[in-house]
Amino acid sequence: MRRLLNTLYVTSEGAWLKIDGANIVMMIESEERGRIPAHMLESLVCFGRVLVSPPLMAYCCEQAIAISYFTPNGRFQARVEGPVSGNVLLRRTQYRATDDPERCVPIIRHLLIGKIHNQRAVARRQLRDRGDRLHDADRRALESTVKRLERIGTRLLETYDAQVLRGLEGEAAQSYFGSFAALINSEEDEFVFSGRNRRPPRDRVNALLSFLYTLLTHDCRSALEQTGLDSAVGFLHRDRPGRPSLALDLAEEFRPILADRLALTLINRRQIKAKDFSVAESGAVLLSDDARKTVLTTYQERKREELTHPFLGETAPLGLVPSLQAQLLARHLRGDLDAYPPFIWQ
Amino acid sequence: MEEEDIIVPISALQHYLYCDRQCALIHLERIWQENRHTAEGRVLHERADRYGHEQRRGVHTAMALPLACERLGLTGYADVVEFEQGDTVRIVRPVEYKRGRPKAHRADEVQLCAQALCLEEMMSVDIPEGALFYGQTKRRKPVAFDQALRQLTEDIAAETRALIRHGKTPRAVYVAKKCNGCSLIDHCQPQAMSSHAPVAQWLAAQLRH
Repeated sequence: MRRLLNTLYVTSEGAWLKIDGANIVMMIESEERGRIPAHMLESLVCFGRVLVSPPLMAYCCEQAIAISYFTPNGRFQARVEGPVSGNVLLRRTQYRATDDPERCVPIIRHLLIGKIHNQRAVARRQLRDRGDRLHDADRRALESTVKRLERIGTRLLETYDAQVLRGLEGEAAQSYFGSFAALINSEEDEFVFSGRNRRPPRDRVNALLSFLYTLLTHDCRSALEQTGLDSAVGFLHRDRPGRPSLALDLAEEFRPILADRLALTLINRRQIKAKDFSVAESGAVLLSDDARKTVLTTYQERKREELTHPFLGETAPLGLVPSLQAQLLARHLRGDLDAYPPFIWQ
Repeated sequence: MEEEDIIVPISALQHYLYCDRQCALIHLERIWQENRHTAEGRVLHERADRYGHEQRRGVHTAMALPLACERLGLTGYADVVEFEQGDTVRIVRPVEYKRGRPKAHRADEVQLCAQALCLEEMMSVDIPEGALFYGQTKRRKPVAFDQALRQLTEDIAAETRALIRHGKTPRAVYVAKKCNGCSLIDHCQPQAMSSHAPVAQWLAAQLRH
């Protein structure tokens, strides 16, 4: 198993990254500002004007280290790829499976069962931990969400049509985000949340969620590519140029447990405050540079949390779970497993 | 895959003898593990750079000799090949260096024999024997390329080719002694993959929590 190595996030404008022997070195204005051993690196994420030297790019491609570029606000711009790795036979199998509704439906169903179960688990945990301190309206909203998600989960198990499955997912999202505000303990009305919006996010909670989903998608993409799957060809998300559909598919199970929970932790522990955001003239809400660093650090810490993998029965850090799920998906496509076992967070 | 396109690395025979699934994971799925391909690539690279030869007491030794056998569709390297002028014929002897100690199974002998079959075809000679040198015991063990070993090597080469042609990874079978010593156990997940309970059953149990 690949140990959970580090993702290096570079947010310093004008940084120049190069390889020096066995180290990756960050220079700013011709001064060395940081140095880490290259073998510790699993992926490299650059925000804004960050330059990566060609020899470092070559090293990363050779070692299957993902390099992605994002705007300072976390919008994906580009990534660097070396020669396509992984197995052509696996990718062909993946394309055949994504073209075949008979094979798509069971995979979509299990992805969504994972996602919706994990959404329910997030809501249940809040009720368990803070149920007695919640306002009545909030508690009732969460209880009703938990019940609805449970019912939707049961219906997913009996649904054999991809469109109906997608419709059920929409229903679940409405219910879950409908009571998401009850998960926010902040009394500040700066963290008012009334449903998901994006592109651009128009409130602070959505800005934070969008940024975390970006990080999660990057990790899922690397996980798939290390496994040899094509991150652009999905089951639940259909092909769209430039869209990493399979990475988005894989991210679904982890949104509640990795991203949503982390957003709640950051807000509820006051690690992120209202002043960490700015509101643009258009109403779009942006995270400040310092806050983005706080999010990245906490995200990396969260990924080190150990848990027992429900299907494999092994202990693994949370950050490695996307890689394990990508492997299980590949093993299912190759015929080792009769179905894809989703990640069920207990 | 076209039959003539399937060139089997000699190292794959050893993997196959250890476990056909391991062989498929490495040579079919090309799994990326601890910089495996880069490490192997480096070794090959270094080997290609390391080619050399020396002359000592009438023995000419070639190191890191690139090999191929058209008939069996094999390719690879020989660590060391010794050439001696015998009374009538030139004696050619592949010698393979192993870090460990002699093993119960015949993987090392098969690898050596595969090298001999390559050399026989490339140089049109007969090679009666080679040697394995074990680092742990510091002993050189002669290996006779008798009919049985040649047949075994050709059979393994044919089976490995068939595995690659078929393009499908064999199912996992968990054998504690073998699996626990395998560096690919985390990728293979033999216990999870060979348990026959359908995933749906497992999922139903999970959802009851």
